[in-house]
Amino acid sequence: MTALLEVDDLSVAYGAIEAVRSVSFVVEEGQIVCLIGANGAGKTTTLRTISGLLRPRAGDIRFDGKSIAKEPAHVILSRGVAHSPEGRRVFARMSVEENLLLGAYTRKDEAGVRTDMNRVYELFPVLGERKQQKAGLFSGGEQQMLAIGRAMMSKPRLLMLDEPSMGLSPIMTQLIFDTIKELQQQGTTILLVEQNALAALALSDRGYVVDLGQTTLEGPGHDLLADERVRAAYLGQ
Amino acid sequence: MTTLLQQIANGLVLGATIGLIALGYTMVYGIIQLINFAHGEVFMVGAFGGLAVYRWVLPESVRGDWYISLPAMLVGGVVVAVVIAVLMERFAYRPLRNAPRLAPLITALGVSVALQEAIRLWFPNADAAQPFPRVFIDAQVRLGDVSIPASGLLLIVVSVILAVLLQTYISRSRMGRAMRATSQDRDTARLMGVNPDRVIVLTFVLGATLAGIAGVLYGSFITNVDNSIGFQNGIFAFTAAVLGGIGSLRGAVIGAFIIGLIKSLGGQYMPGGTQYDYVWIFVVLILVLVFRPQGLFGEAERVRA
Ligand SMILES: Nc1ncnc2c1ncn2[C@@H]1O[C@H](COP(=O)(O)OP(=O)(O)O)[C@@H](O)[C@H]1O
Ligand SMILES: [Mg+2]
Repeated sequence: MTALLEVDDLSVAYGAIEAVRSVSFVVEEGQIVCLIGANGAGKTTTLRTISGLLRPRAGDIRFDGKSIAKEPAHVILSRGVAHSPEGRRVFARMSVEENLLLGAYTRKDEAGVRTDMNRVYELFPVLGERKQQKAGLFSGGEQQMLAIGRAMMSKPRLLMLDEPSMGLSPIMTQLIFDTIKELQQQGTTILLVEQNALAALALSDRGYVVDLGQTTLEGPGHDLLADERVRAAYLGQ
Repeated sequence: MTTLLQQIANGLVLGATIGLIALGYTMVYGIIQLINFAHGEVFMVGAFGGLAVYRWVLPESVRGDWYISLPAMLVGGVVVAVVIAVLMERFAYRPLRNAPRLAPLITALGVSVALQEAIRLWFPNADAAQPFPRVFIDAQVRLGDVSIPASGLLLIVVSVILAVLLQTYISRSRMGRAMRATSQDRDTARLMGVNPDRVIVLTFVLGATLAGIAGVLYGSFITNVDNSIGFQNGIFAFTAAVLGGIGSLRGAVIGAFIIGLIKSLGGQYMPGGTQYDYVWIFVVLILVLVFRPQGLFGEAERVRA
């Protein structure tokens, strides 16, 4: 059986700056996999390359067995990869509802879109109560809910979340992590990038440590949590 | 009093023309932050497209029937304008999408000159006034003491209707939503599955459609055209878009009517007459920009957390 996502010796550069040198990892269908690592390690660059916003310099990315390394972003989305970007990036001057409709941009089944929109409103009632308001008026945590809801609207097979807990209160963070677990239980595969390594590893089936543009350690989430090196470097212990 | 009303009518006709052009300026700027200086020439090319249909496509027997010739000329003008705009986007601007902003701007000036020259070379005597068909313009509509050529009234009505349709399309349709998303944050729009190339082409097509219609209607109002009409009206339209707040559709239309009115009223009532009517346009522009740099309806540049 092939994995849902395979990233194979990926290398990505911004001009002369090589941000990702050798990143390799595998995401099996139904899993939550997390990438942890220090600020600037290359996690965001990796996700942006998977979703087609950046081009790899070398290496391959296979989704469902087929290479997507040369596909444009809109094609990758329609294959079933959704990406909730770092910093939320909601469309501030559009309403909550319009943001969610954009998440469903490639879908043609209007009834299904309505159903899924109501599902997002159930998951995050605050969005449902204020769906006509401009996204820019919402708090950071609420915008994060919107960004995740928006990414769910394409009905992805793989949902990539870049630092969903960044800047959130502990309560809000807990809510977001609970939601991620719930999404997995409903059948979505999740690739999670987190600074909050402790919470992310506890939640994940598998974790990878990214250091200076390379994947250095890997293992089941609980094993990494117990690993001396991980504890020293990322958990402050 | 009659003079005043007459000048207001003239100002509205001019405003309607430059409003249709200004919408193209402001839309393209909204999506790719390019001041497409060649957009005035798209209007000019549209006028010549309409004229070409009249001269070389329409059979003699139907030329006198405005209800046949005018729609045919509009279709011709729009088709030519759209083709030119799509080619311009594809071959002049798209390769420069990630270049420093000065590069496409200079290219736009080059495209503008190239289009003026192309029309001069290919359309017989296009650098001298070419009579536009008079099928339509001879009718006058009288409103009290004021009389407006039917073609001028048509320009105003069409301009307002098209502006409302465009606004509705962009605020309600799926593609309109994609356009707004692309203009707010192109990368995130791509993550939604929006193909920015399609959105950008659509933007040029919409702008060229309005400019082509404006070109043909303006020709039939003014009764003759040459290959420089795009330059002058393009400058007015660009100024209108800046005055209204570049990127804002409503701003472009209102800015255009303001400019049309200033030009006709300034030419009538201010010292220097029509010789100085341009001056008042730019005086108003400067005053607005001093107190509201983002223009009347523009979004102030904001730093967001
Ligand atoms: N747009 C960019 N241009 C140049 N360098 C960048 C850009 N974005 C990120 N980098 C650099 O690439 C490296 C990896 O960054 P990033 O992928 O954002 O790391 P992470 O998400 O792990 O914090 C960093 O050294 C960063 O400075
Ligand atoms: Mg990052």
